[in-house]
Amino acid sequence: MYRIIEKKKLTPESVFLRVEAPRIARRRRAGQFVILRIDETGERFPLTIVDSDPEEGTITLVAQEVGTSTKKLGRLKEGDSILDVTGPLGHPTEAENWGRVACLAGGIGVAEVLPVVKEIRAAGNFTQAIIGARNQDLVILEDELREAANELYITTDDGSYGRHGLVTEVLHDLINDGAIPDRVYAIGPLPMMRAVADLTRPYDIPTIVSLNALMVDGTGMCGSCRVTVGGETKFTCVDGPDFDGHQVDFEELGKRQKIYIPQEKCSLERFELSASGANVKE
Amino acid sequence: MAEQRPEERIHNSNEVPYGFTPEQAQLEAERCLQCKNAPCMKGCPVEVDIPAFIQLIKEGDFSGAARKLKETNSLPAVCGRVCPQEDQCEEVCVLGIKGDPVAIGTLERFAADWEMEHPADSSSSLPAQEKAKVAVIGAGPAGLTAAADLARFGYRVTIFEALHQPGGVLSYGIPEFRLPKKIVNLEVKNVTNMGVDLQLNQVAGSTITIDELFQDGFRAIFIGTGAGLPRFMGIPGENLNGVYSANEYLTRVNLMKAYLFPEYDTPVIMGKKVCVIGGGNVAMDSARTALRLGAEEVTIVYRRTRKEAPARAEEIHHAGEEGVIFKFLTLPIRYLEDDAGWVIGMEALEMELGEPDESGRRRPLPIEGSEFMIDCDLVVVAIGNSPNPLLPRATPGLKLGWKGIIETDHETGRTSLPGIFAGGDIATGAATVIEAMGAGKRAARGIDNYLMSKSE
Repeated sequence: MYRIIEKKKLTPESVFLRVEAPRIARRRRAGQFVILRIDETGERFPLTIVDSDPEEGTITLVAQEVGTSTKKLGRLKEGDSILDVTGPLGHPTEAENWGRVACLAGGIGVAEVLPVVKEIRAAGNFTQAIIGARNQDLVILEDELREAANELYITTDDGSYGRHGLVTEVLHDLINDGAIPDRVYAIGPLPMMRAVADLTRPYDIPTIVSLNALMVDGTGMCGSCRVTVGGETKFTCVDGPDFDGHQVDFEELGKRQKIYIPQEKCSLERFELSASGANVKE
Repeated sequence: MAEQRPEERIHNSNEVPYGFTPEQAQLEAERCLQCKNAPCMKGCPVEVDIPAFIQLIKEGDFSGAARKLKETNSLPAVCGRVCPQEDQCEEVCVLGIKGDPVAIGTLERFAADWEMEHPADSSSSLPAQEKAKVAVIGAGPAGLTAAADLARFGYRVTIFEALHQPGGVLSYGIPEFRLPKKIVNLEVKNVTNMGVDLQLNQVAGSTITIDELFQDGFRAIFIGTGAGLPRFMGIPGENLNGVYSANEYLTRVNLMKAYLFPEYDTPVIMGKKVCVIGGGNVAMDSARTALRLGAEEVTIVYRRTRKEAPARAEEIHHAGEEGVIFKFLTLPIRYLEDDAGWVIGMEALEMELGEPDESGRRRPLPIEGSEFMIDCDLVVVAIGNSPNPLLPRATPGLKLGWKGIIETDHETGRTSLPGIFAGGDIATGAATVIEAMGAGKRAARGIDNYLMSKSE
């Protein structure tokens, strides 16, 4: 059992958790993920490790509460335990001294990009974090990222905070101004990562994307997370999660992400019904 | 042996064969000739004293028979169900020359099941575990066998299992109707009751490395991580929605209980017209699972014929009885999709058998111009697995062979690195449960010899 030491709401729909997992905390590096199973009837699902404290033996996770599993996670309280946490899984994010690196993130990817920015900056790079949210209320970890990156750019879809627009527009301007990054890293919703890869392709900027494929075991056993990269089938869990964004078949991955939409909807309705029923009883 | 009727059993996940009653078991046991040279024992990878346990059944000492089995076989209820006895002990049974061999497997299942239902106090027979610490990686058939034997030798054993459940392929792969999970859990419990420490959610090579295990005081390590990486054919459309590896399909259903969705959160696609690619036991398991999930039509697509199919005759027979259609001499060459990226069918070629290949089976050759279409809305690819690369990748110096298997000495399980042993599918490529158990057994002995020679 993996006890929750600290829990806080980052926004109405995202949650921050510090979880006891000493072995994972000791081994984990930026870009790696864990597989969680919340309870006995739960599914196995991946979450990127945002941070860890090897001394204290904890890892930090951030989740957007959108489906049954993440909502179950969001309902746990400090002192509660997660049934299973496995990891760290996947290859750590590469970090060499390339020069100038732009790290783009959207949605919950903003939490996941934090350790990557730290790692890449520690390798000697000038880091530009470019993060996006739908509106001001959904901007997360701003202070942490401001401290971690050399420069921080914030965009919102509705213009309520930072620049009005998309993260790719910031990158586009940086490139136009002649400040072409030596490398780009993107993590977040699929359309955003795809747009980043499309933007950097003509400039030949090496672009790494961190894929969030559907997984079951997370150890290479099932192939649920397969993705076509450069014409070859790869398993996101053991070959990734970072891949060359210019080689990823986003079209196929987008379709694969939608396999279980009807089931996910059914499961969520059922969960919310039972959750509201339980509240009535309390 | 009595079985659930096919038309009934495709609507439930209960076990198919019922097993022997005590009377039937004793009658069958009486047929055993108690051969002095016991050819059956030479056919058993885990060295079960077959005449002795059958004699005890004959005498009505069913607990004694179970104890006799467990002297060398830590998972008798599993073996009694999934061993290919027809190629092992029963193949060489003297009675088999003229008629039916003794039903050794069914007798083994009977004795093991009897003991589960009538548990005896076995605490007094526990060995004192005072010898060195040994780590076992993977709680599948090889790892459980190695762990139990090492505990019996007096070693302090810890098993590190990557999944949240022990059993390996017995838990995620083999379906409930062929191997009830209750049985697996009870046999795993027998192993932990021997004093073996079982740690779940531990991915060796990630959560914990080989070096760390040695630093933590483990004197020897057994790697039994299995053939966990599903193979695909590499044909167009294999990543379409609705194309599963057998591993994923069976893991969703067996380990994650997707057949109970939405009570359990893990979903699985329920196809109406299902094609399973392959001719092994995993293909039969997948096909029969699809039927139980409500498929209207399930077809096994296999490039050779029934004769060359690696599945047990019993499994092919059971699948056929349940209504699985067999399309032999058929090779898929591409999958077709709809606009949303879902599989709607496949193009296939007819095959013919040519000269024997390196496996000794006649090589299937495509017939030119024989392309044809098969409609389907779910495909399960069951063409085998490669060794899981996670641990070898994280363990520099470990010598690997063909397709990434760990090279070992057959008799001792020794690898190229001192103190590290391996066995089961990670060392042979995908094989059977009992062969993995045999390798676990030999490696336990290899580890014992290694540690004894070091302490001298």
